[in-house]
Amino acid sequence: MLATSNALRLHVESALAGRVASPFRFQEPQPITASAGIAAVDQLAGGLPRGCLTEVFGGISTGITSLLHTALAARTANAEVCALVDAQDSFDPGCAQFAGVSLQQLLWVRCRNVDQALRSVDLLLHGGGFSLVAVDLSGAPARLIRQIPLSFWFRLRRTVENTSTILLVLSRESNAKTCASLVLRMEREVARWSLQDRQYPSRDFHTPASLLDGWTTTAEMIRCKARRKNIAVIGRAKTFANQDAELARFDLRSNHFLSVDSSGGDSLLPSHYAVIPSEARNLSSTLALAETPLDPSAAPQTNHLETERTQNFG
Amino acid sequence: MSPAALFGAVYVPNFILQAIGRCEPELRTQPLAIIDGPPPTHQVVALNRLAEIRGVARGMTKAAVTQFAQVTIRPRCKVREEAAHAALLDVAWSITPRVEDAAPDTLLIDISGLASLFGNAQAIACEIASRACTFGMQAHVAISANVETARIIARALPGPTVVPEGEESRFLETLPVSMLSPSQELSDIFDRWGVATCKALASLPVLALSECVGQEGIRLQAIASGKGMRPLLLAEPAQHFEEWFELDEAVDDLEALSFLLGRLLDQLSARLSARALSIAAVQVNFELQPAFDHAFDTSRELLRVKPTARTFSCNLELPVPTRDSKLLLKLLRLRLQSRPPDAPIQKIHMAAQSSLARITQGSLFVPAAPDPDKLELTIARIMAVVGEGNVGSPHLLDSHRPDAFHMQKFSIATIDVNASESAAKRSTKNNLQNSPPNHHSKKDVPAIALHVFRPPVPARVRLQGNKPAFASFQGRSGKVVQASGPWRSSGQWWEDQPWQEDAWDLEIVFSGESPVRHGWYRFCYDRLQEKWFVRGVYD
Repeated sequence: MLATSNALRLHVESALAGRVASPFRFQEPQPITASAGIAAVDQLAGGLPRGCLTEVFGGISTGITSLLHTALAARTANAEVCALVDAQDSFDPGCAQFAGVSLQQLLWVRCRNVDQALRSVDLLLHGGGFSLVAVDLSGAPARLIRQIPLSFWFRLRRTVENTSTILLVLSRESNAKTCASLVLRMEREVARWSLQDRQYPSRDFHTPASLLDGWTTTAEMIRCKARRKNIAVIGRAKTFANQDAELARFDLRSNHFLSVDSSGGDSLLPSHYAVIPSEARNLSSTLALAETPLDPSAAPQTNHLETERTQNFG
Repeated sequence: MSPAALFGAVYVPNFILQAIGRCEPELRTQPLAIIDGPPPTHQVVALNRLAEIRGVARGMTKAAVTQFAQVTIRPRCKVREEAAHAALLDVAWSITPRVEDAAPDTLLIDISGLASLFGNAQAIACEIASRACTFGMQAHVAISANVETARIIARALPGPTVVPEGEESRFLETLPVSMLSPSQELSDIFDRWGVATCKALASLPVLALSECVGQEGIRLQAIASGKGMRPLLLAEPAQHFEEWFELDEAVDDLEALSFLLGRLLDQLSARLSARALSIAAVQVNFELQPAFDHAFDTSRELLRVKPTARTFSCNLELPVPTRDSKLLLKLLRLRLQSRPPDAPIQKIHMAAQSSLARITQGSLFVPAAPDPDKLELTIARIMAVVGEGNVGSPHLLDSHRPDAFHMQKFSIATIDVNASESAAKRSTKNNLQNSPPNHHSKKDVPAIALHVFRPPVPARVRLQGNKPAFASFQGRSGKVVQASGPWRSSGQWWEDQPWQEDAWDLEIVFSGESPVRHGWYRFCYDRLQEKWFVRGVYD
């Protein structure tokens, strides 16, 4: 009987040779993916898989929060409803709106500790209907995150399975292990400043021209269910080409080059003035200050006395 | 009046008793006596058949009724009667908008032309009785071409009764004259004449009757002969829905309270369903047990003062109207769990704000979103975990103040559907054309995000030439290798809470055993407090 089945199998495999790679091998259906909002990451991992757990981890200033904002922006731009469970209440809605997130379509859960965050994400996933549920654990103490039992991650993966929800977990270290279908490790590279050395006659005033323009971040795909990672064979050195295939390098820009002004012109504004109040958008005179350092006493006064004043104190 | 005119009368017998039984259905199977009157002379005003069998009679004093151990005594409750009357009106309005509110226990309705909806007159009568039954009331229904005939037959005969046109006098002839509700003077005259039934009254000569008792007698005779016609005095459909529940003993347990709330919500939901409406908001007012603030002060003045009842209210606003009483009960329970009343509850008053039922049409292009009802429940549950005000959608304020936003209620209903649909169509079009997910132009380069420290972390900064050179916070310190700033901003100097700060973007390389070696931070110098803070880290 066994010999007959083996013969039959060989016969079918030889008949399908060249057309079907492994006819008797069970192939899990590929998850539907959605864009992460960053072309390099999309090319690397094929996007964020729906119905799966995606984990993004990295140290401070590696760009994981930026990745979260771009993912939220991409989903909300597609008229989808997202939820963010913020374990340490560290989400900045101003930056998110600048990144393109439609805040109206975002349910933000501000937690005070990890326990609240875990309970909230459990409730959200069971409620269902969200396109993206992000859990930001990056601000929480690593010791507490490590104490989360693996069974909890399995439970989350099981809950989100067979749904169209993307479960995105952000942390400083990898915790979900095999429960995650996609694991990305973020690392920062060099930063770009507008002016490295300040050569000005007076040391009293710092130059406004020295701005944080951005930095380059590298995303390494640690695990991907959709795309099998290149397996390093014993005795064969891992080539640089293979390494590059699992890396995505992309730039993060500071938002001082683009204002939300509807005129579309680029305005030189620092990042913390990204969102401009409606009555104070006429900042042409103030922006002119940004080009050259000036004496603070010479800074022009804004006409909007009833609004808050914004000055570039060069 | 057109020949097709048809009227119905709905009469609830023993209305006082049924109003109590509607709120407490378990009392229907027990001997029950309702007492009313000033406290020393409570008298039985209504009783059911079981109490009657045991010997209780109307007019008995409370002391006499207490001799019957098995008989349950309840005081008359006007608010429950009002609620029962409102429910009865809702039953009638669920059939037709042409309703006359004749009495608390009697309604007259115009059912002309309803045959296409409900069938013949018998079917309409059965439908009305059935709907009244779902509201917890047993009603007599009579249908006739004559409105007064319908009213009298409903009061006289149980069950659904249909009086064929032209046979009104046959149905009325055996009924006593007292069913016509004559005045006391006329009633005495009819007694003296020996006129006891409607047939006898109808057979009297009209002129002679007019000479003896006037126009009132003529009107009663016309009613007795089934010919008294009059127009309906239509009632305006009410838009407020209220239910009450008064407890004999105050309740302080949420489980017991939720049982009562569920019953009230069921009643409200049924009433609104009958009117094809939904609940947009629910307001629950609890009358709490009076607290004796001066329990140890037994002075005469204080004892004379009746303690005033305190109230506790709980409001529930729904993003989309619903009739799901179970969902409403869960939301109310969660709300009460997070903010319970501080004293036992004596009385519950529940009012529902009505709205038209939600009509939704799914779109092929709009992506699936959470079900609004389910989402509301999920948000309420999360709110119970993280606290009120920590769940919602952020709304940026029109201000330069850092971190200026406020949380607003998250609702699917507030999302701009047109914008969503156009965005989704755009996305679908892109997918159909197999275009890449993103066309990354220069402006599409992802922006740096700020990981905010809330509240800002106090820091110590050493300056060199008005520029930060060393910084320390949260137990770690480092050298500033690059800095950008100061970016000065201020505001609200014309108000009570002015702010003024200098913001800096700093690149710090930490020294020592710190696990974090490097980072780009946003510092701010509060010029009013003259202190440094870390507002967040670029991440």
